[in-house]
Amino acid sequence: MAKIYFTSDHEWLSVEGGIATVGITDYAQEQLGDLVFVELPEAGRKLAKGETAVVVESVKAASDVYAPVDGEITESNGTLSSDPSLVNSAATGAGWLWKMKLADDSQLASLMDEAAYKAHIG
Amino acid sequence: MTGDNDKHLPLEDIHAAAGARFGAFAGWSMPLTYPAGVMKEHLHTREHVGLFDISHMKLFEVSGPQAVTLLNRACPLDAGALEISQSKLSFFLNEAGGVLDDLIVTRLGEERFMVVANAGNAVADEKHLRALATDFDAEVEPLDRVFLAIQGPEAWAALSRAGLETGSLLFMHGIEPRKNWFMSRSGYTGEDGFEIGLPEADARDLATKLLEDERVLWIGLAARDSLRLEAGLCLHGQDITPETDPAAAALMWAIPKEIRASGTFIGADALRMVVERGPAQKRVGLKPEGRQPVRAGAALFDADGNPAGHVTSGGFGPSAGHPVAMGYVATPLAKPGTRLFADVRGTKIPIDINPLPFTPHRYRKG
Repeated sequence: MAKIYFTSDHEWLSVEGGIATVGITDYAQEQLGDLVFVELPEAGRKLAKGETAVVVESVKAASDVYAPVDGEITESNGTLSSDPSLVNSAATGAGWLWKMKLADDSQLASLMDEAAYKAHIG
Repeated sequence: MTGDNDKHLPLEDIHAAAGARFGAFAGWSMPLTYPAGVMKEHLHTREHVGLFDISHMKLFEVSGPQAVTLLNRACPLDAGALEISQSKLSFFLNEAGGVLDDLIVTRLGEERFMVVANAGNAVADEKHLRALATDFDAEVEPLDRVFLAIQGPEAWAALSRAGLETGSLLFMHGIEPRKNWFMSRSGYTGEDGFEIGLPEADARDLATKLLEDERVLWIGLAARDSLRLEAGLCLHGQDITPETDPAAAALMWAIPKEIRASGTFIGADALRMVVERGPAQKRVGLKPEGRQPVRAGAALFDADGNPAGHVTSGGFGPSAGHPVAMGYVATPLAKPGTRLFADVRGTKIPIDINPLPFTPHRYRKG
């Protein structure tokens, strides 16, 4: 059973078997508005926590999505190249951004659970 | 997003009730989007009617026996040649020919004109015009108005249903249909449409009536920007600035031929020299290849990697269906079809000079 974590930068991570699937929250997609382009990372890229992993572009602006933990990209969501609006319509499902192999499981402890995230966005 | 010092729209309560998301623009707290979102708002305006609150813009009435000569000094304009109700795009220029602001000037009467100025420049514009007015028998009066734009192919029909007949009013003409009202057939979307300045109580009434019509939707500043960019229209502060002149900005069509040589407007000498030797850079439309938007500030390079210019506005064009941009390039590169490259976060994106507008204008000219 996957465990879900949240960051204060409005990302979610679904962790199962040492692999995290990462996306932005519904709150974040609503703030960004209609997405028209997602700049996806290559598999194999190593990321340190806080580094820009993905750039999501709305009609109006480009925004960085940061790596929530250290790790290595195993896959990015290629469907978003042709349909970036999936991030708007299914932010926590089909609109996931990338999968990464965790470098250090203990970093998960500093993330929020759903109840804490809900309190965070008020 | 919005600071404590930002000015608030008189109709802010209506926007909040409509679910607007606010953001700061030119010193104002403005509705950026409504729940429909920028994409739907943009497309709705092109198909039906968009209602925009543009009360951040400023209306000035210029009147008096020397109103014409004051405007001829302040703007590269032949104000006396305007017919009553005729509107014209013009500018305040500095002595170097740079654009301090772009304005719409409408002749209301023999000695009365309406000047519509941009929000961010309104205070400086008023100061500038008042200082000039001391040399002329003319008065400058800033008006306290709500300013609404009603844009789109069904704008005239929605206004008619709301009890306001637009009849024979043509594009770039303006009238005073009611006391303290100013209505022009103009806009910032490339569509047929109207801009109406009116007292707050009347504005509340008009907005309410318009919104009873399902063809009418509130449209935020985000879609206003994507609409005007597709239409190839300049945003002052980005696409035209005090450092750019009308020749480089490809806006010489707004300056009557007769006064280009002989005009005594501020900036005339500098502009004559620029026109004589030709501008070093020109404003052009830019179409990025692929789906990735290229935004304001991106540097442009030619095929050999030499600097070629820069992007001044860029984003996604919902009606065009692809990213759209405009910017300045070295004059020899300004031909449509020329391929350049834009630097986006270190990646070179192919970008082609594209004719403006990206979506055809649908003005009602006659």
